[in-house]
Amino acid sequence: MAQHLIILPILLPMLTALGLLLSGQVPTPWQRRASIASCALLVLLAVALLVKANSGTYSFYALGNWQAPFGIVLVLDRLSAIMVALTAVLALGCVTFAAAGDDSRGSNFHAIFQLQLVGLNGAFLTGDMFNLFVFFEILLLASYALLMHGGGKARIGAGMHYVVLNLVGSALFILALGVLYGATGTLNMADMGRRIAMLDADSSALVSAGALLLVVVFSLKAAILPLYFWLPATYAAAPAPIAALFAIMTKVGLYAILRVKTLVFADSTALVFIEGWLWWGGLATLLLAGIGVLAARDMRTMVAYLVLVSVGTLMCAAGMGSTASTTALLYYLIHTTLIAGALFLLAELVGVQRGQAGTRLVRARRLRQPALLGGMFMIAAVAVAGLPPLAGALGKLLLMQAAEGSERLWLWPILLLAGLAGLIALSRAGSVFFWASHKGEPNGPLTSKLQLSGVIWLLASAPLLVILAGPVSSYTEATAVQLSTPYLVSEALGLDVILPLTQGDQP
Amino acid sequence: MELLFSLVTGVLSASGIYLLLRGRTFSIIVGLALLSYAVNLFLFSMGGLHTHAAAVIGESESPADPLPQALVLTAIVIGFAMTAFMVILAIRARAELGNDHVDGKQGEEGETR
Repeated sequence: MAQHLIILPILLPMLTALGLLLSGQVPTPWQRRASIASCALLVLLAVALLVKANSGTYSFYALGNWQAPFGIVLVLDRLSAIMVALTAVLALGCVTFAAAGDDSRGSNFHAIFQLQLVGLNGAFLTGDMFNLFVFFEILLLASYALLMHGGGKARIGAGMHYVVLNLVGSALFILALGVLYGATGTLNMADMGRRIAMLDADSSALVSAGALLLVVVFSLKAAILPLYFWLPATYAAAPAPIAALFAIMTKVGLYAILRVKTLVFADSTALVFIEGWLWWGGLATLLLAGIGVLAARDMRTMVAYLVLVSVGTLMCAAGMGSTASTTALLYYLIHTTLIAGALFLLAELVGVQRGQAGTRLVRARRLRQPALLGGMFMIAAVAVAGLPPLAGALGKLLLMQAAEGSERLWLWPILLLAGLAGLIALSRAGSVFFWASHKGEPNGPLTSKLQLSGVIWLLASAPLLVILAGPVSSYTEATAVQLSTPYLVSEALGLDVILPLTQGDQP
Repeated sequence: MELLFSLVTGVLSASGIYLLLRGRTFSIIVGLALLSYAVNLFLFSMGGLHTHAAAVIGESESPADPLPQALVLTAIVIGFAMTAFMVILAIRARAELGNDHVDGKQGEEGETR
């Protein structure tokens, strides 16, 4: 059993999804229980993986016992363990929230939700480039269906753009894979990295082109500046538990960038371009998203722009490329994903009690539970704006310390300004929702226990990440150190001899 | 053969991108299909172009690389699923939004209905 641990985070949701698909389209109490239980089991599995990865070695799982680089391998290191754990925790919160009734607005919610988890976990665990593409497609297909769960004009309109953009992204992804395979003759990430290090000048120009093409694809998923315009409309239109789960979707792009940057292209000439692009793109995203947060007239759009602020911050950290900045990046990543999820859920809770006005920032009727929702909103706002004493402040502090020399000159003012913009916008939203709304009698539906526990589960991360800041940041630091030694992966996979390229590989 | 192959790939992707930038869902679907043909052809060529080279050892003197063929097969299957989904989505969008424009709005200035 223990040796199959690595593939279980993919198998468990897949089997659950199959069972759920067979048991009917409308969510029954049993379906809900099964879906929540599967997510809870996934959290336990993720904890086991975290412990396993903490030994510092790479464990791998050769599918069908075909050894790397010929077969597909799943590779577990600290980074994948963190991402799988983050997905599981977020998914548990979202699915609990959805079980309160959001899941019955369309068909097959829970099954598609589990398929989405299959794609996410697979993308985080795989050690093969083409397999990464396949898992990207699985998670994207599931996300198309989830995004349009419940239907409606706004969702279909936003979904159309999202689907077309991602299909073009997939086409570019295959193009990049074709170029890289043509130049290196392998698809295994670790093997590709080793081969790129010893290519001649002609082939490495080809590899640089492929690498930059890949970064464009991942930037589209991660939503960096010229490629983020799809995000606010899509996230604002998605149903609340799905928007919350989508908080991790941008992080898949970030994960893929981190992975190829450290493992595949660590020795290639493209690395300088990639880091430069991430750094300046991140800063520009940060700046524009800050303005977007201020300009948003709807709470959901505002949270979508806050997601973009976090994407910008994370991309800057990825662009710096030092061990300290990767440490900060991972710490901030955990915090920001869970809080963004909580904010989307909270926006929904506030919206349904305000009747017609929804989450728009206008005066409306009084909330039925102003103290409860207001209190949670305040915690989430403090955390996401990066004020002490919650985790957002710590993450930003770590990041600002990691910046060196002239990087500080750019990062510090822009990061702090974006934080200030978030603070202003959230205070304005909070005062409109909880103080300035007094038209008519409150009569919206009460928040159900399931919804509340979903939000609290995600919100609890903000204080917990501060209390456990020591262990968490030492784990992320160990991850960053591990990422800086990519040659250990090929050693763990047993890739000692470089096989000569066969004749067919030469273009 | 190389010239012909690259010409075909280039023309296919150029037409695909042109159609992709149109405003109606139908041309976008056709554009996506053309683009994915171009990408599949490109992927097919990544193991090198050979004639009379079966991807089986022993059948010919220098067997072709079988991996690109397997990958193209995967890409084609995924492409089929995506096209089918896109068509259904476009029909749904036409029904919900009342027209087949990607932004869901009919008509710029000077455009007739």
